[in-house]
Amino acid sequence: MTGAELLGLFGHFLLLSLLAVGGAITTAPDMHRYMVTEQHWLTDAQFTSSIAIAQAAPGPNLLFVAVLGWNAAGPVGAFATTAGILLPSTVLSLWATRWGSQRRETRFVRSFTNGLTPLTLGLLLATGWILAEPYVRVPQYRWGALGLIAITVLVMLRTKASPMWLVALGALAGVLGIV
Amino acid sequence: MSVPASSESTPLAAPATLRELFFAFNRLSLQGFGGVLPVAQRELVERRRWLDKQQFVEMLAVSQVLPGPNVVNLALMFGDRCFGLRGAITALAGMMLAPLVVVLMLTALYGQYSHHPLVSGALRGMGAVAAGLVVSTALKLLATVRHNPMGRWLALGFAALTFVSVALLRLPLVWVVVGLGSLAMAVAWYCLGRTEEPSQ
Repeated sequence: MTGAELLGLFGHFLLLSLLAVGGAITTAPDMHRYMVTEQHWLTDAQFTSSIAIAQAAPGPNLLFVAVLGWNAAGPVGAFATTAGILLPSTVLSLWATRWGSQRRETRFVRSFTNGLTPLTLGLLLATGWILAEPYVRVPQYRWGALGLIAITVLVMLRTKASPMWLVALGALAGVLGIV
Repeated sequence: MSVPASSESTPLAAPATLRELFFAFNRLSLQGFGGVLPVAQRELVERRRWLDKQQFVEMLAVSQVLPGPNVVNLALMFGDRCFGLRGAITALAGMMLAPLVVVLMLTALYGQYSHHPLVSGALRGMGAVAAGLVVSTALKLLATVRHNPMGRWLALGFAALTFVSVALLRLPLVWVVVGLGSLAMAVAWYCLGRTEEPSQ
């Protein structure tokens, strides 16, 4: 990756940082559009496995951003994406929490909050869709993947089991060739 | 959801030093497989008693609407409240550094073994579960549209429009947030104004 491209990557993540209302994962569809579809720095499978690696490791889910950068351009890429996604939101959050905590009940702050909540929900669903699509498109994996997704959703909604066990179950299903 | 704070009799504590703050966030982050938030609740509220449930819920609500990951915003806000800017940076570093090293090591290892069918199979299975985890988080949070001042159907409509624009039409996120987002905020502003007038 050239220096200019690296700067472009950094800049794109700076922008996504400010749009990441509801978590970095909600910007995954746009990262996919930029890095896979537009720039061809990553394949579809690399993109999805980057997120899977971050899910399998402990720590904030945000770390998938570092893995995407690493897979696209090595350590420098990881630095560019991680710093990009963290800097603007960190500065803004610190400033806004100090500002907003005094104005929590005003109509402006409440319209902001309530207006953006539905978008957050739509973005989360879109992220689930984009993560599942590469598996569901391949007939060989389709039913196994859909089954795993269904089990995951059921267990998460109905029990208090840790997601850790589901991630382990997914790995096992993959090793056994079910997915 | 209102949580009675009086149900817990233990008085609240606070981190004494930046070092203590750093290692507390380091510890909770390293336990968080598939998401840090549940562990953060257990550690900060139940184990260390640095926050009561009500404070935690309020902080979470604010961190959810700010851009950036919820847990990152939560760490920043908590650190800032304890030690100002130094605390915010310390809590964030505590939460990010060790897991970052772990995940990059896994990535480097994966690069060497990715051709192995067992490894790629395991990652495929974990990827499907990752998709399911995101979907289930979305489904859990869908319940919050009931409390939205624009009403549940309008709110669900905005959620559906967002899904279609991003997942199916693959529109750039900037346009969606700026376009749909400002429309949704305007609708919320209008509905809040109506409900504030006495209606009988």
